[in-house]
Amino acid sequence: MTVAPGEPENRSDASAVPVASAVAVDPGSPVALDGVDGAVAIAGRTPWQIVMRRLRRDRVTMVAFGASVFFVALAAIAPLLARIGILNPDQTHPELVQGLGSMPEGLMGGVSWSHWLGVEPGTGRDLLSRIVTGMTTSLTVALLATLFSVVVGTIIGIISGFAGGRVDWLLSRSMDLVLSFPSTLMLLSLQAVLVDRIASIMGQPSSAPPPKIAFMVLVLGFFGFPFFARIIRGQVLSLREREFVEAARSLGARRGRLYFKELLPHLWAPLLVYTTLVLPANISAEAALGFLGVGLNPPTASLGAILNDTVSYALPDPAYFFFPGVTVFLLVLSFNLLGDGLRDALDPKAGRQ
Amino acid sequence: MFFYIIRRLISVVVMLFIISMTTFLVFFASPVDPASLTCAKNCTPAVIEGNRKLLGFDKPITVQYANFVKGLFVARDFPDDPEQKARAPQTVFTCAAPCLGYSQRQAKSVTEIIKDGLPITASIALGAFVLWITSGVFFGIIAALNRGRWIDRLLVGVSLIGYSLPSFFIGQLLLVFIAIKWQLWPIPNFVPLSEGLWPWMQSIFLPSLTLAAIFGASYVRLTRAYMLETMSEDYIRTARAKGVKESVVVRRHGLRAALTPIVTAAGLDLGGLLGGAIISEQVFSFRGLGWTSIQAITNTDLPVIVAVVVVASFFIVIANLVVDVLYGVIDPRVRMS
Repeated sequence: MTVAPGEPENRSDASAVPVASAVAVDPGSPVALDGVDGAVAIAGRTPWQIVMRRLRRDRVTMVAFGASVFFVALAAIAPLLARIGILNPDQTHPELVQGLGSMPEGLMGGVSWSHWLGVEPGTGRDLLSRIVTGMTTSLTVALLATLFSVVVGTIIGIISGFAGGRVDWLLSRSMDLVLSFPSTLMLLSLQAVLVDRIASIMGQPSSAPPPKIAFMVLVLGFFGFPFFARIIRGQVLSLREREFVEAARSLGARRGRLYFKELLPHLWAPLLVYTTLVLPANISAEAALGFLGVGLNPPTASLGAILNDTVSYALPDPAYFFFPGVTVFLLVLSFNLLGDGLRDALDPKAGRQ
Repeated sequence: MFFYIIRRLISVVVMLFIISMTTFLVFFASPVDPASLTCAKNCTPAVIEGNRKLLGFDKPITVQYANFVKGLFVARDFPDDPEQKARAPQTVFTCAAPCLGYSQRQAKSVTEIIKDGLPITASIALGAFVLWITSGVFFGIIAALNRGRWIDRLLVGVSLIGYSLPSFFIGQLLLVFIAIKWQLWPIPNFVPLSEGLWPWMQSIFLPSLTLAAIFGASYVRLTRAYMLETMSEDYIRTARAKGVKESVVVRRHGLRAALTPIVTAAGLDLGGLLGGAIISEQVFSFRGLGWTSIQAITNTDLPVIVAVVVVASFFIVIANLVVDVLYGVIDPRVRMS
C-alpha cells in the first residue's frame, strides 16, 4: 500500500524535484544546476516523506489531526486536572439550579465564566468538567477495544492469509460466523451473562465501572476483529507471493519471523488507516450504549452516561442537550476526517469513499 | 446457477445451525446459572428450582438444545413433564410450533413476543432501506458526476456530518424539534400497514429517517467512490467515442458496474438493520424487536434474548445469501467461479 520509491507516483508528486526534462523545456528558469553536463541529481524521498508531504498539503486532514490530538490530550490529562481542582465533575451547585423544575438559571443552561458549558439541571454539576472526564472514560473504552481488534485481527489475518488451505478456510468461516451475529444486540444481551462473571474474576462488585469497561472493551473488540482480519488477510495474500518473502523463506526463516518481522512492517499503512476509522465507530458505540441505558452506570462520567441523561432535556434545556451531543459529533468527525485523509495519503488509489 | 444456489442454501442451513448452537451455549451454558437470572429480587432457592424445572435448565445442555430445535417443528410443553400435565393441565404452558421458547417473565411464548415486535422493526428497517438506498445512490452519482465542484464538496461534506452524528442524537432532534416543537410532522405512533399505506408511511417516516441517516451518508461516499472508479474505465471512454449519449453512458455503462459492490454492501447492512433499529425504536418509543430485546435484557429474560439474537442472525445470513445470488445476476462473471 505504501508507495515504494522509484514508482512513477514518486516523481509526479515531487514537483520540487528538478527533473532533467523540465530543465530542457524551460532553459531560462533559475534552477540551480548542480550536476555535470546539465544533468540534475534527483532528490530521493522515502515513502514516509512522500506521505508527510501529501498530508501537510491536505488542510482538512491537518485540522482533523490537530483536533484529534487535542481531544486525546485533553482526555489524557483530565484526571490530573480533576485532581488539582480545575475540573470538578462531582461538585454540585444547588444554588445555580433554582429555576423551575431545578433548571439552571441564566442563558444557555447557565453558561458563565466559571461554567463554560453551563451546569447540569437538577444537580448543578459543571457540564464541561463532566464532558471532559467522560471523554477520558469513553476514549479509554474505544481505544482499548480498537487495540484489541487490531491485535487479534492482525494475528488472525496474517495466519489466515499466509497459511492458506484448511487453516485459512477454518479461520475465514469462523470470521463469517462472528459477523453473522448482530453485534449491537450481542453487546446489549451478553451483559446479562458476562458482566457478573468478569466482575468476579476482577474481584469487584458488578455495579462498579471496571467490570463494565472490561466487558465493553472485550465485546466491542471481539466483534470488530474480523473487520481487520479480512483486510490484513487480503494484503497478506498478495504480499506472500513477493520476492522478499521467498528470500526470507529460502534463508530458513521461521514462521514467527516471517509473520512479524517480514510481513508486519508492510501492513502498518492499512492498520493505521483502519484503526483511525474504527476508533470513532467505537466511540459512537459506547455513546449509543449509554443512550440505551445499558452502558456505564450514571455516577461514572462517560459520554454515553451523560448522553443518556441529556436526551430527556432536549426541550426544557436545549443547551444541556446540545453540548454533549456536539462533543461526541466533533470527536467522531475529527477521527473520521483524519482516517479519510490518512487513507488518501497512504493509498491514493483508494479515493475518498 | 441452480447448483450454486443449492450449495449456498446448504451452507446457510449449516450456518444457522452453528449460530443457534453458539448462542444457546453462550447464554445457557455460561458459568452463570441461568436459573438464578430468572428472578430479580424475590429469589428464593425454591423459586430458582421451580424456574429451573419450568424452563428445562435442569436437563443437560445438549438435551436443551435438541428440545429447542424440536420446538421449531412441533409444540413443546413448559415444564416438559407429562405427569404434571396429566395431573394439572392448567399449570403447564403449551407452546405451539414454531416455538422459540417460553418467557416465564411475561408468561408468554417467545414466538408471540417476537411476532408482536417484528412488523414494527421490519417496517422501520424497510423504510430506512428505501430512503437510504435511493438518496445515497442518487446523491452519490450526482457527486461523482460533478467531481471537485461545489455540489460535490457540499454532498461529501453533508454526508460526512451525517455519518459522524450519533443516530440517537439525530432521532432526538427529529422527534423533539420537528415533531413536538415545530409540529412539522405528526409525532410518530406506529400504525400497521393493514390500516392504510399513507398512515403507515407517515408513522414510520421519522424513525426510518433516523436509521437511514447514517447509512445514507456512507452510501453517498460509497457510490461516489465506485462511480468515479468505473467512470474512468476504458470502456466508458469507448462508449463515449462511439457517440453513446452521456445519460446512457452513466446509467447503462457506469452505474451497472458500480452497482455490484453497492448491492453487496446494501444486503449486508439490511441484514444488520434489525440490530440497528434498536436506537430508533428507543427514541420514538416503538415497541419493536429492539424494544423487546432491551426489555428482555433489563429483566434478564434469557429465552427472549436468545430468540431475538437467533432471529436477527437469521436475517443477516439470509441477507448474505440474497446478496450472493443477486451478485450472480448482476455480474455474470461471478457464476463462473
